[in-house]
Amino acid sequence: MSQFPLISVMTFLPLLGVVLLFFVPKQSHSAQRGLALLVSLVTFVVSLPLVTGFQSNAEFQFVEKVPWIAAGPFQMNYHVAIDGISIWLVILTTFMMPIAILSTWTAVETKVKEYMICLLLLEVGMLGAFISLDLFLFYIFWEVMLIPMYFIIGIWGGKNKIYAAVKFFIYTMVGSLLMLVALIVLYFKAGAGDFTVLRFYELSLDPVTQTWMFLAFALAFAIKVPMFPLHTWLPDAHTEAPTAGSVILAAVLLKMGTYGFVRFAMPLFPDATAQFTPLIAVLSVIGIVYAALVAMVQEDVKKLVAYSSVAHLGYVMLGVFALNIQGLSGGMLQMLNHGVSTGALFLIVGFIYERRHTRLITDFGGLAKQMPIFATIFMIVTLSSIGLPGTNGFVGEFLILIGAYESELRWYAVIGTSGVILAAVYMLWMFQRVMFGELTNPKNQTLTDLNAREIAIMLPLVVLIFVMGVYPTPFIDKMNPSLEKLIVHVKSKQTAKAQIPQIPAPQALPAAVLPVEHK
Amino acid sequence: MFEYVWLIPLFPLIGVVINGLLGKKIKNETVIGGIGSLMVFGSFLVSCGILIELISRPAEERVFEKVLFTWIKSGNFNAEIGFLIDPLSALMIMVVTGVGFLIHVYSIGYMHGEEGFYRYFTYLNLFTFSMLLLVLGNNLLLMFVGWEGVGLCSYLLIGYYFHKKSAGDAGKKAFVMNRVGDFGFLLGLFTLYWYLGHTHNVWTINFRELAASAHLLPVGGVVTIITLCFFLGATGKSAQLPLYTWLPDAMEGPTPVSALIHAATMVTAGVYMIGRLNFVYIRSHETMMVVAIVGAATAIFAATIGTAQNDIKRVLAYSTVSQLGFMFLAMGVGAFTAGIFHLMTHAFFKACLFLGSGSVIHSMHHALHHIHSHDDAQDMRNMGGLKKVMPITFLTFLVSTIAIAGIPGFSGFFSKDEILWQAFANPLHGDLNLILWATGAIAAGFTAFYMFRLVFMTFFGECRIKEKAKGHLHESPFVITFPLIVLGILAIVGGYVGIPKLIGNVLGGIPNYLEHYLEPVFKGSTDFMAQQFAHGAAHHSHALEWGLMGVSVVIALVGISIAFFLYVAAPSIPAKFTAAFPALHRAVYNKWYVDELYDFLFVNPCKALGNALWKGFDVVVVDGVVNGVATIVKGIGNALRNIQTGYVHNYALGMTLGTVVIVAFYLFR
Repeated sequence: MSQFPLISVMTFLPLLGVVLLFFVPKQSHSAQRGLALLVSLVTFVVSLPLVTGFQSNAEFQFVEKVPWIAAGPFQMNYHVAIDGISIWLVILTTFMMPIAILSTWTAVETKVKEYMICLLLLEVGMLGAFISLDLFLFYIFWEVMLIPMYFIIGIWGGKNKIYAAVKFFIYTMVGSLLMLVALIVLYFKAGAGDFTVLRFYELSLDPVTQTWMFLAFALAFAIKVPMFPLHTWLPDAHTEAPTAGSVILAAVLLKMGTYGFVRFAMPLFPDATAQFTPLIAVLSVIGIVYAALVAMVQEDVKKLVAYSSVAHLGYVMLGVFALNIQGLSGGMLQMLNHGVSTGALFLIVGFIYERRHTRLITDFGGLAKQMPIFATIFMIVTLSSIGLPGTNGFVGEFLILIGAYESELRWYAVIGTSGVILAAVYMLWMFQRVMFGELTNPKNQTLTDLNAREIAIMLPLVVLIFVMGVYPTPFIDKMNPSLEKLIVHVKSKQTAKAQIPQIPAPQALPAAVLPVEHK
Repeated sequence: MFEYVWLIPLFPLIGVVINGLLGKKIKNETVIGGIGSLMVFGSFLVSCGILIELISRPAEERVFEKVLFTWIKSGNFNAEIGFLIDPLSALMIMVVTGVGFLIHVYSIGYMHGEEGFYRYFTYLNLFTFSMLLLVLGNNLLLMFVGWEGVGLCSYLLIGYYFHKKSAGDAGKKAFVMNRVGDFGFLLGLFTLYWYLGHTHNVWTINFRELAASAHLLPVGGVVTIITLCFFLGATGKSAQLPLYTWLPDAMEGPTPVSALIHAATMVTAGVYMIGRLNFVYIRSHETMMVVAIVGAATAIFAATIGTAQNDIKRVLAYSTVSQLGFMFLAMGVGAFTAGIFHLMTHAFFKACLFLGSGSVIHSMHHALHHIHSHDDAQDMRNMGGLKKVMPITFLTFLVSTIAIAGIPGFSGFFSKDEILWQAFANPLHGDLNLILWATGAIAAGFTAFYMFRLVFMTFFGECRIKEKAKGHLHESPFVITFPLIVLGILAIVGGYVGIPKLIGNVLGGIPNYLEHYLEPVFKGSTDFMAQQFAHGAAHHSHALEWGLMGVSVVIALVGISIAFFLYVAAPSIPAKFTAAFPALHRAVYNKWYVDELYDFLFVNPCKALGNALWKGFDVVVVDGVVNGVATIVKGIGNALRNIQTGYVHNYALGMTLGTVVIVAFYLFR
């Protein structure tokens, strides 16, 4: 369709940056930083025409499709495109990346080159995962993301970095492998052809097969989200990761999980989606309440923010599985909002950690007096995280809750709504203990306010918080046609199933999982 | 003029931007305060224009909607940024901008020399902006934006002296308590939206469209749920039982803030919301009863606590809670006009009282500061005899106290008496009416008592401040007394727009202007009530109404007399009384231990649960499993390592044994 392969250029620009970084001398840290920043900024600029050129309809746009690997019956294509579901996540990625790189300008002093290479590779992986329509390609990008993140935590992390990195790796790997098995099964079910997800959408799988395959996909995605009770890798990974790692992890990586549900698990397995909706809804609201309660008692600011992520993503899952337009658009918006606000929160934690080398709430208090600009920005971000009307957080949360309330998940929405109280409790309590009160600790009395670089990092985020809160229409308008199509697709396949007499389920478990011959 | 309604919230927003971004550079207090005040004054002028145009139109054309742009639209759900002008919102913007402007001016004097002066005016403008959104919003969600926005500003302003832990705590408590209410508001919104859409395919949250679809709602049933949810929101915002405890603590904020937010405007938002949704409320008899009972109970409960407080602002805080109870009582008995009427008069006299107390505190603070004393500038036990030094403050304070006590001729009398009469005579609640009326009347007696106790302790008798400080007490400057005078005048004359028919007839047929004015807003509900509760409408004679009016005046006079006796004539008695009933006094003084009860019931269990989940479930169970699996895998790996000896004969043995086993299996099966 498109003459110029815009998506590919955008996706692989960071790779070019990696190549260039090899030629930069090891000692010239500032050149390495500058180059990485420049590359990420250019990538962001290159990604912008995707928004301006995007037509608000349900079609896949900027499609590129090239044969890639042909091995026996397997045919993998390099098949990429964006639609309303992925467009904003792509932009979120390219937008957050320069911010993340800029945030560790002074924090990372060792192995700067390798660090920047990891960050840029990570960007390739994330962008690739969002644009892939070929399931095999998706899987490769999905795995590609894992490795740089593992190094970022394991090499540049805090005291307990090895434990956190391995935990992150194993958790994610377990899920990925099952997904790999499931996608191979899916391929065999579909018969000879390519790996494009569009082909798999049209399959009519029997419910039992759907169940097992959904479970395999869902496990991978649920770990990434992370959903309760698979969330315990997140607080460790976040606390140990360097600031940029935490920012990217929260802002983009977690969205892989929720995106996976929307793009793959739900449309591929409509019956299983219906079957598991109650379970997912239960786990989501448990996540909302549970994570909020646990966040409340955290002593480490970063861990508190990490748990708040679990609660926020619980909202996203609730909205997505409401499977109506309000819920889904709210869920998609909330993914972006969470990226912006929680990304900003991790940056904020990074600022004070760099100054004081501690994240314990009790070590702070009264900072507002010493750091007024920081206090203002922190307050705005906190309010956005709480979901105050006028900020971005509210729009997403509200649409999710009203969507869930309209669907069969009404009572879950009620419990989820109670989360708005708890969010206020843990965030404001933390804010109060860190920022308000007497400035007693002598170490805090010499703290300096944000410098120009730090303000430059936060400013775009703060602006976005208000823009998305007051005028979310452009975001919603671009995503809604695709979401509506998705809803129609999933629901129509569910009802079609209900009308057709049910095929007797295979007795044994393997029969459902193993490929069935097609005539 | 109607077209320019968006200017009303815009002006304060401009103030926020200017003072928020440049205030630190401007530094000059007059400029900062001037900008803040002028912006609100601009809104006030536009509001006046709108009110005039509204009145000049015929009654049926007094509704206007101005939509700016679509805010959130997804599927059937559509929320606009748009403003609704009708008699109710026009009245509210007059109160908000009018009283708000006076308080802004007052603040220039009161906050003089405070650190973060610009921050204060930024917040105050932001508050005004949010409050105007709340009252002008044309749909439920925009109202909710204002609703949360005023809560935020309340949080920020209560915690204005953020270096004090008590201020931070109070701010947080206010915000969280309000959020509990917001939870109810949201659920009410969801249910109303879902029900109308689901059953009648009317997907809307727009007030006019909702009002037009009110007949589709059933009587009782789901409407009871909807209205109770919204009412939960109202109890949070308007500090009613059981969510009132944040308001007394909110007195940690600067005094003008208490006057603006915690007396005149924000806390009345719940009353306004019920007025706005009157067509829904009236369709649930159960909810109306709950509203009336909660209102009456809060009125008397808070009034009792007010009698035992020594902090001048805390007395006023409990008084506000109690007065809000009266307003809810009015709403609950279907006397919407009376409720809004009391909202208005209360805004005048209570703002005056708070600002008056601020003037006193200001003076006390200066005097005590001069002699480096750490005595509490807000404790009435340190005051006394101030009427000589602060004549203007005293006079305006006295006028407002008379108004709140319900002495005929002053504004509070008209509105309160109307509420009490309606509580007695409404057709809704049958036998409950007598109890509602009696509770209200007794609460009114308590009100008269604690308010005059305050006046006597503060302005009469001996001056109890340290001798050295006496010379430093002085009347406040004009910038402070000017708002007092204006509000004091309003506290007298404000009531004459709503003279009850009974009195109006005697005075030569003066009509109840306010009732006529608000009629279009509440007409549907009034008609509905007349139709549904025709059987309950007993006809009461004028003599009875006169009689009840007399009773409430007598009760007020009794309250005043007791206060006079205890605090002027025989000031030794209160001490003897507390000595005789220590437990009772302690309980009242400690606010019936409600805070402690909430800590015990909610706060501590939540923290304990959070800790238990974290250290119990996350760390032990989930990570136990994760780490356990890791340990097992490691163990198996270690065990298997023993086999990998590297000796060829060991492997050869293994292979042989394996072959034997396989052969044996096939041979013997």
